[in-house]
Amino acid sequence: MSMEKHNFKQEINITPELMARINELTSHYPEDKRKSALIPVLHEVQDAHDHWLSYELQDKVAEILGILPVEVYEVVSFYTMFNRRPIGKYMFEFCQTSCCVTRGVENLMDYTCEKLGVKIGETSADGLFEVRGVECLGACGYAPMLQLGDFYHENLTKEKVDQLIEDCKAGKVTLLDK
Amino acid sequence: MGKKILLDKINIPGIKTYEVYRQNGGYASVEKALKQMTPDEVTEEVKTSGIRGRGGAGFPVGMKWSFIDKKSGNPRHLVCNADESEPGTFKDRYLMEYIPHLLIEGMITSSYALGANLSYIYIRGEYMWVYKILERAIAEAKAAGWLGKNILGSGYDLDLYVHVGAGAYICGEETALIESLEGKRGNPRIKPPFPAVKGLWQNPTVVNNVESIAAVPWIVLNTGEEYAKIGIGRSTGTKLISASGHIKNPGVYEIELGLSVEEFMNSDEYLGGMMNDRPLKALVPGGSSVPILPAHLIYKTAAGEDRLMSYESLSDGGFATGSMLGSGGFIVYNDTSCIVRNTWNFSRFYHHESCGQCTPCREGTGWLEQILHRIENGHGREEDIELLWSIQSKIEGNTICPLGDAASWPVAAAIRHFREEFEYHVRFPEKIKNREHFVNEPFEKVRHLVAKQTV
Repeated sequence: MSMEKHNFKQEINITPELMARINELTSHYPEDKRKSALIPVLHEVQDAHDHWLSYELQDKVAEILGILPVEVYEVVSFYTMFNRRPIGKYMFEFCQTSCCVTRGVENLMDYTCEKLGVKIGETSADGLFEVRGVECLGACGYAPMLQLGDFYHENLTKEKVDQLIEDCKAGKVTLLDK
Repeated sequence: MGKKILLDKINIPGIKTYEVYRQNGGYASVEKALKQMTPDEVTEEVKTSGIRGRGGAGFPVGMKWSFIDKKSGNPRHLVCNADESEPGTFKDRYLMEYIPHLLIEGMITSSYALGANLSYIYIRGEYMWVYKILERAIAEAKAAGWLGKNILGSGYDLDLYVHVGAGAYICGEETALIESLEGKRGNPRIKPPFPAVKGLWQNPTVVNNVESIAAVPWIVLNTGEEYAKIGIGRSTGTKLISASGHIKNPGVYEIELGLSVEEFMNSDEYLGGMMNDRPLKALVPGGSSVPILPAHLIYKTAAGEDRLMSYESLSDGGFATGSMLGSGGFIVYNDTSCIVRNTWNFSRFYHHESCGQCTPCREGTGWLEQILHRIENGHGREEDIELLWSIQSKIEGNTICPLGDAASWPVAAAIRHFREEFEYHVRFPEKIKNREHFVNEPFEKVRHLVAKQTV
């Protein structure tokens, strides 16, 4: 995922609603510990910006929280949920750790990639879909499963994946829990 | 039916909501603690209960509480560890999703005992919808007067917030969690000082697992002595077990500690036996970090005693023939599973999740993953098995936090108990080309090939 700094451009838009949520989040910490809100704030900012964080956007977050840009970069690069490049609108994140393997996730991932005509970590030509393998999501008893936005889709079968893809194409899938 | 104290009300319709939770006796422990008990008395009850940390390490909760520095005069914090990420474990999510007020009640009562006025629940970022459930539940509790200033007129103040992570297993380690809560990378700190002395923002802090905190209301209401009567020996109380893998009924179960592994596996009340009735091959009883057990050491210990779901019995025999209760992530494998592939899978996980701070872990987990990958894919060498053994032994005990140990133990146990399977992969690469190599031809059927060549 290492990307050149200037590869992708992103329009930055900190709306009043987003700013209100950021202020609410920073109020959860003592006045002189605003930096603590960094990760929750990054989630909100990312959600409002097509689910990725350009360096320019990270700089903006640093400015809002009154910390150095590098304090944001080092956090964004550490945590897997922050994306440093544009991603498919519907990113299917399959859990590929042991318990999901016992329930057939490997074949299901192959099936999904084939169906969408993509390789792992590659965005589909229309920019709609991406498939990724991620580590244990804490749904081992409901395997195989995937995360799509803020929600889990569990006890998956090929038929359920087919349906999910159709629902995404039809714009019937909610991504964020707001 | 074993005794249930965490999930006894889980089937009451609407128990997720404040009203129903309250109507069914919810928040009574807060009333009792704040009106009738001193903070130290609450701590004493928890000590008496003998409850051990439910996140995996099993350290006595009451003792951890008693270490908190009350003399420095600095603000104190309780932080709930809801960064549940140990492969095989999904119990905390279940509690938070279906009975969120139990955790909030536990947080209030426990914060009171510790003298904490600002507490947090640190939840993993992927549980985003659960984060929202908790946020709403906290707002309900606050509106009803259970949080904020002068709770129940007791003079005790508490602010409680949920803090969301962003995908890092390492943040389940308590000092990494604190770093993350401070808005930093999740790099574990060198101890001492321990969080009880210098934790969040250098203030005295206790970090406890969700399940540990959720047990506190029952302990306060029914006394520690009553809690200690549940379970067996030093394994007091009940434990949530997350069951997954090749079993009939995966899910979260509350068991009384001391239940036999055989009953848990096979009775219809619990796991209902093996999926499709295939033979049991191996068990990881406490999350991916603990040693894997081969079939003959699951129901009986090496000494021939019944194996029980308890801290002591699961670790009976040490690492030679035992394992650990850990987080209660109970992963079952049948004869179609490949132990080499599974060990590679775990090693990939630890390599991905290593924070990179300590060289033995950062480099060693990568080596383990690569070597296991090549063995599993038919490019293994005879000396690779010794190499794996050597690497894991050099990670273990040589890192700041236990992630290094957690990466080593599954590899060591897999070689210890399933060495022939590694040899088979190295010697018969053409037979393992298909990743489902043991689905049609379980290892038991080809074991003789390895045995023949072993001098």
